Amino acid sequence: MNMDTPVPPVDRYIVLDAPPRRLRDVLLRWEVILVILLVATIVVNTIVSPYFLDVFNLADATFNFSEKAIIALAMALLILVREIDLSVAAIVALAAMGIGYAAEAGFGPVGLFATGIGIGLLCGAFNGMLVTWFSLPSIVVTIGTMSLFRGITQVILGDQAKTKYPQEFLDLGQSYFIKMKETGISWLFVPPVPLSFLIFLVLAVLFGLVLHKTAVGRQLFAIGSNPVAARFSGIPVDKLRFLLFVVSGMLSGLAGALLTARLGSMRSNIGVGWELDIVTMVILGGVSIAGGVGSILGVVLAVLVLGLVTFGMSLNNIPGQVVSVYIGALLIAVIAIPRILDKVRVRPIR
Amino acid sequence: MKGLFNYRELILASILLVGIAAIGAYQPAFLRWGNISDMLTETSVLFMMALAQMVVILTRGIDLSVAANLALSGMLAALVSQYYPEIPLVLMILTGVVCGLILGLFNGLLIAFLGIPPIVMTLGTLAIFRGLIIIIAGGDQVNASEMGAAFQAFPKQIFLGLASPVWIAIAVSLLFWIFLNYTRAGRGLYAVGGNPVAARYCGIDQRRQELLAYVISGAVAGLCGYLWVARYGVAYSEIASGYELTVIAACVIGGVSIGGGVGSVAGTLLGALFLGIVMTALPVLQISPFWQMAISGAVILAAVVINARAERRPDKLILPEARRLRRV
Repeated sequence: MNMDTPVPPVDRYIVLDAPPRRLRDVLLRWEVILVILLVATIVVNTIVSPYFLDVFNLADATFNFSEKAIIALAMALLILVREIDLSVAAIVALAAMGIGYAAEAGFGPVGLFATGIGIGLLCGAFNGMLVTWFSLPSIVVTIGTMSLFRGITQVILGDQAKTKYPQEFLDLGQSYFIKMKETGISWLFVPPVPLSFLIFLVLAVLFGLVLHKTAVGRQLFAIGSNPVAARFSGIPVDKLRFLLFVVSGMLSGLAGALLTARLGSMRSNIGVGWELDIVTMVILGGVSIAGGVGSILGVVLAVLVLGLVTFGMSLNNIPGQVVSVYIGALLIAVIAIPRILDKVRVRPIR
Repeated sequence: MKGLFNYRELILASILLVGIAAIGAYQPAFLRWGNISDMLTETSVLFMMALAQMVVILTRGIDLSVAANLALSGMLAALVSQYYPEIPLVLMILTGVVCGLILGLFNGLLIAFLGIPPIVMTLGTLAIFRGLIIIIAGGDQVNASEMGAAFQAFPKQIFLGLASPVWIAIAVSLLFWIFLNYTRAGRGLYAVGGNPVAARYCGIDQRRQELLAYVISGAVAGLCGYLWVARYGVAYSEIASGYELTVIAACVIGGVSIGGGVGSVAGTLLGALFLGIVMTALPVLQISPFWQMAISGAVILAAVVINARAERRPDKLILPEARRLRRV
């Protein structure tokens, strides 16, 4: 074949290869921004407070966000496929109440966790059924079930509290699951890890593998980018969405069990307002509310940033609501700044 | 009158009437004018907040920051009343409205001109506004004894059998009705939400419409902030906590479509009235107030299921569920 004559294009459309990645593309990746934020948070807090970089303090700090973080993993997948579940905190309450009654009936720790997860499963299936069978927008459905689930908790429990739990169950929530182990070398040791944080880490790895390394994960991205095209490609859109609501319910039930074990008591207002905290974690983690974009790594990083910011500020006696100003501003800033830069940048004419 | 009520709203109105009649038959005290007037006063804030939320939802947006805005504006109005008791009441109310309007403007500017998703933006400002209350009030609350007398007296004044918040709600509802049905900007809100592309071709500026919606939402939240704080005689950071979801629920019950472009003043008012009746009827019926949330939840779910059935069109497609997916 003569190399000098150019080959005329055969197709009507020319599909170019993706341009090679440049340094800027890598640096502007969401995860990189979050890593920088995380490092900045750790550096600033270490300078400000000598108590920040203490293994036990850090381990205790994870108690405060691990339960929410577990739910955030499921919420990330839901938001990825353009859905949302605002009823998670109400499921936490309903599951916690079921656990309270089960504990009074003499269930052991395994039975109590199973009760919580089972109730969550039923609630999630109810959400999923309404969203997929009746084809309703999930934001409205889950606002409704949020009221319904917490309402049922209030009706059954009234102003009572459940405070009787077996000691082994409470130990699971209140002590370190992995104990501190020192070795001869000062910097080499097994850190203390609470059960809730351990579960979060294990689930994060699991969710990450499913989302980024399996066909189902790719299908979720496809649904999020274009549900109609996904359906026409033979992806069982409704089945997957139903499943995600069930997973979200189960993880909420699990979080309810962990929270009950940690607090050692529950009232009907347990976990009020969590849904918005969890959505904040997911969005800060770079999952696009428009669907189809996001990574589990981003969500994990966002969870750590939020957790450490809150912990660091509470070390310095800053009230929780002032922390929320910082977190709200952070949420808006990380989304607004790239857009502002995009507008300001003068692009060369092609 | 044909434009005022559609079929759906007639059904909702008749359900409400039957419900009220049934409660009245069981407990005649419920139908006494005093009780009805109290119920309207209690619901007046929800009427206005739901209308403002509807305007935002019409443009395919959502404003989760309204309750936090209400609390912050109410706190500011209360602080003005506490530290400058000599200025006229109108200015105090105006403080609340202007504060709310500025907060709404902030939401609107970033949503309309930077394209930040409304749910993300207002989730962020929800946290910021709540936190700002602690900061501007120094962590304190403003009690009834610290607010001015006129400041607190106004929402309790009765004209022609109805308290002033009800009259304000009536006036605001009328304004909304005229605005949404007879002005270019009001119709533009429906156009932008119903079909943004067609609206663009008609020369409607989507960004200006969105900005307008959030400014309206903010200003109404500011007004309601004053009414709330003055009526209950206390301002602190947690007032109306979680109220944003009640407001959205009222819209949903009233037939506002979360997908944008669908909703009416009458329907939204009926939706708010429904929740108002549920809240006030329970004590009259001697049902534990703990039932309130469960009932609202069930009603919201019933309403969305019915709405979805009403919106379904009987056309055929290769894959019937694909059309719905597109609407998400």
